[in-house]
Amino acid sequence: MMDLNRRRVLRGMLGGSAVTVGLPLLNVFLNGNGTALADGAPLPVRFGTWAWGLGMDEAIFVPKTLGKDYDLPEEIASLKDVKQHINLYTQFNGFRDAAPNLCHKTGWVIARAGIAPMNQTDYPGETIDISVAKKIGTSTRFQHLTATATGNVRDSFSYENANSQTIADWSPIQFYAKIFGEDFQDPNAAVFKPNPRAMVRKSVLTGVMDSAKDLQQIVGADDKARLDQYFTGLRDLERQFDQQLTKPEPRAACVAGKAPKDEPAAGLDYTLVGKRHRMMTDLLVMALACDQTRVFNMAYSQSAAATSKQGYDKPHHTASHEEPVDQKLGYQPNTSWFIKQSMIEWAYFVEAFTKFKEGDGALIDNVLIYATTDQALARIHSIENQPMFTAGRAGGKVKTGYHLKGDGTPGTRLGLTCMKVMGLDVSNWGTQSNGTAKEIGEILV
Amino acid sequence: MSCSEGASERKVASAPAVTPADYHGTVAHVRRITPEQYQNTVHYIFGRDLEVGNPFAPLRRTDGLVAAGAASAGVTTGELQQLQRSASSIAAQVVDKGNIEQKTPSRRDFLVPCKPADPAVADDACAAKFISQTSRLLYRRPLPDARVTELVATAHKGTTDLKDFYAGLGTVLEGMLIDPKVLLIADVVEPDPAHPGKQRLDAYSLASRLSFFLWNAAPDDALLKAAEKGDLFDAKKRAKIVEMMIASPRLEDGVRAFFDDMFGFEDFANLAKDPTAYPMMTGAVIKDAREQTLRTIVEHLLVEKKDYRDLYTTRSTFMSPALATVYQVPTKPGWVPYEFPKDSPRVGLLTQISFLALGAHPARSSPTYRGKALREKMLCQKVPAPPANVDFSALENPAASHRTQRDRVDFHLQNPVCAGCHKITDPMGLVLENFDGAGRFRTTEKGAVIDVTGTLDGKNVDGPAQLGQAMHDHPALTSCLVRRLYSYGTGGPLTRGDNPAIEALNKAFGETGYRVPDLLRMIANSDAFYEVIATPVEQKSADAGAAQSAAAH
Repeated sequence: MMDLNRRRVLRGMLGGSAVTVGLPLLNVFLNGNGTALADGAPLPVRFGTWAWGLGMDEAIFVPKTLGKDYDLPEEIASLKDVKQHINLYTQFNGFRDAAPNLCHKTGWVIARAGIAPMNQTDYPGETIDISVAKKIGTSTRFQHLTATATGNVRDSFSYENANSQTIADWSPIQFYAKIFGEDFQDPNAAVFKPNPRAMVRKSVLTGVMDSAKDLQQIVGADDKARLDQYFTGLRDLERQFDQQLTKPEPRAACVAGKAPKDEPAAGLDYTLVGKRHRMMTDLLVMALACDQTRVFNMAYSQSAAATSKQGYDKPHHTASHEEPVDQKLGYQPNTSWFIKQSMIEWAYFVEAFTKFKEGDGALIDNVLIYATTDQALARIHSIENQPMFTAGRAGGKVKTGYHLKGDGTPGTRLGLTCMKVMGLDVSNWGTQSNGTAKEIGEILV
Repeated sequence: MSCSEGASERKVASAPAVTPADYHGTVAHVRRITPEQYQNTVHYIFGRDLEVGNPFAPLRRTDGLVAAGAASAGVTTGELQQLQRSASSIAAQVVDKGNIEQKTPSRRDFLVPCKPADPAVADDACAAKFISQTSRLLYRRPLPDARVTELVATAHKGTTDLKDFYAGLGTVLEGMLIDPKVLLIADVVEPDPAHPGKQRLDAYSLASRLSFFLWNAAPDDALLKAAEKGDLFDAKKRAKIVEMMIASPRLEDGVRAFFDDMFGFEDFANLAKDPTAYPMMTGAVIKDAREQTLRTIVEHLLVEKKDYRDLYTTRSTFMSPALATVYQVPTKPGWVPYEFPKDSPRVGLLTQISFLALGAHPARSSPTYRGKALREKMLCQKVPAPPANVDFSALENPAASHRTQRDRVDFHLQNPVCAGCHKITDPMGLVLENFDGAGRFRTTEKGAVIDVTGTLDGKNVDGPAQLGQAMHDHPALTSCLVRRLYSYGTGGPLTRGDNPAIEALNKAFGETGYRVPDLLRMIANSDAFYEVIATPVEQKSADAGAAQSAAAH
């Protein structure tokens, strides 16, 4: 792995270990109880998403038991060490109503945007991460950070609206440069030096804003909305320049580390995807520790995952359709192998949050991660009973370690629950049969 | 090269004029600039050695073209942040003072057209000169004087605050590079005095449309001057200008960009093959495969000015050492012209590695992918998505009897649920089964002789050469190109209102012998190209046009 890990062993976390022994936030940074920053502000709660493709094989994925001490069937056996930090949700449904079942799209769009799309080329509209970012992402340098392990900029499940997909950062080297490059201000630096260019850049934006207003006055109604989106971006840029002039709060666990020198070559072999996923995860978690963002997205694979393994001629998606069910095992062994790889990486992702000490706990205590997929059984493109996870305790608002079943109720209940936990003023979410006003109360403290 | 260069020795072409009797003009668009257009523009203004990066969000492929998706794309918050970072980097490079030890050039010496008396002190006259010159090219029209004055004042303040003239100028350039009038290509509309009741693009928007169409970059200085003088509304002068643009080497950039888009070559960015199955498919091979096809297209269409259809039957191409290992042919260092021999199975674009490797799995070929690509990318036909509730269990393999891909996909054609779509894709995809997932030639698969017979829309074919000929003769081949080029040129998806122009162009394209430069010329010169029907950017009157235009841009 990259240098970042070695540095973190020394400065902030215990790489590779399940034990949380990272440096605590120094007392000077916290209140007397270790539950808030010294200035009285509560420790921030962050929201994130994680995505994997091609669902599961129910027989070897869904635990037989519910509640706290649920079993871990073989497709999710790798979650053993993070089980206490996650919840698994099964038997929740997505409803397409009059819309077609769009292979590898309908399922994830319902989970992320609450609507059943009408065709493959439609963008879903605002996804849940953006809704949350609007609420909690406006005080950090990045409203959200979005990464993919596939190496493909298009593999993002985040959309600002029906016209705009969020850019997925796909290169660890570029991701490092974006977060910890020239404009990064170390919150723990002994001396704060405001960037003098920030003020000049801000004054330049005034002219850009005027230019946008000129354009807005004369474009047609459809394009006004696109300019509104531009204005939002411009205001966010202005806010960032302001922020560069303000001394950041110290973050003891924040150690930017060195830039990675190498990164995996292009390709979707599981070894390349896994390595990319771990490098991006490490950077993402450090970005959170440095409070560069409070909203994040990670895609382990695209929806119809094309992850491959050397020597096997079918990528995951192809295997899901063409591999025979092993009569003895009762499932598709190679297809299941790919799902198991996804779950190994999900475990890595969750574990990464347990390794950063924060307050009297760890970063995992102050995040809520919503993990979704695109199908239940990919072989027949079913969207009923798509599995979902959450990870993290959201600042003590969410209980973890449970397997819950939805009895066929809308899966959008979990998205609604997440939004409420993150403080959004929403009473319901989703459209038509996916619309719900009922949160999943069982997980709430 | 400016569009005035080389003009004098070339005659205006005699391609038939296209003025469909019943055209309704094209839709006016506000399209987001593409990464390539942005880069080409920056490179034209500041030099090709500048690092631009790709700060843009991906566009949605619309009606077969990524470029058409630009007509509905917004600029996201995260994207604007990346654009600002990129702008900062570009500006820093432009005003860089250079470093002898690091062997970096002092770009400011030749990109800023004057020198301040004291580099730590503001020089408004020098700043104004740089800003006026640069903004005109970036915004694709002159900025109003008042706006230039504002930018000079901003540069002055920046210089004072940062105690550095070039830093102050650089921050103003950063702002210009993220200005929505730079990032969004807005069609500005005005009443058409030649056709009362109708509207047309204003001269600068027409210049932009022409330039992005033919060069995939913003207009150069000469084209802007022509717009300024009103030459673009004089049919004869416009024809001459179009001819100069077609004669420019920059046409190659435009044609490459178009075919790269039409053939979906953005997928090369993430193409990788299983090294166990195809150890020879290195990154160099994948990179060169894309380049080979683009070189073949440019040579065939622009240099030799041959029939577009012959691209599917030609044996002429280019070879690189990396590709030669897959084609298993001798070659020389570098790129060299190459002619496949008469008895070679390599005939036309469908047998090049670019098409074969993109239409395949990481470790095996895919007749279905190839058939789908052939139909959707080259014939503009839509292959329906597979039904969601199909149980593929009957497709299970390996079955002992399934040795070739034909054996495997035969199930699709026998199963009525699958056959509906697979009959559209597989019969022609199977004809290319002599080429494996990397594009290597083979005659057997797992010991079984490969059968390369098939059909394309009722025509029986036996082998890639006959498939290439069937493509050559397919009426949708040329009409697809016309549709895609027209959509590409007008900056958005086609509408029904475009049909008369498309029909007229189809006919005229045939009359030219399917010469693409003639088609480009006809589209660029057609009235339909600059007459517009919708007015996202309106002007109140022709008289107010200049003022309004200045205010808008």
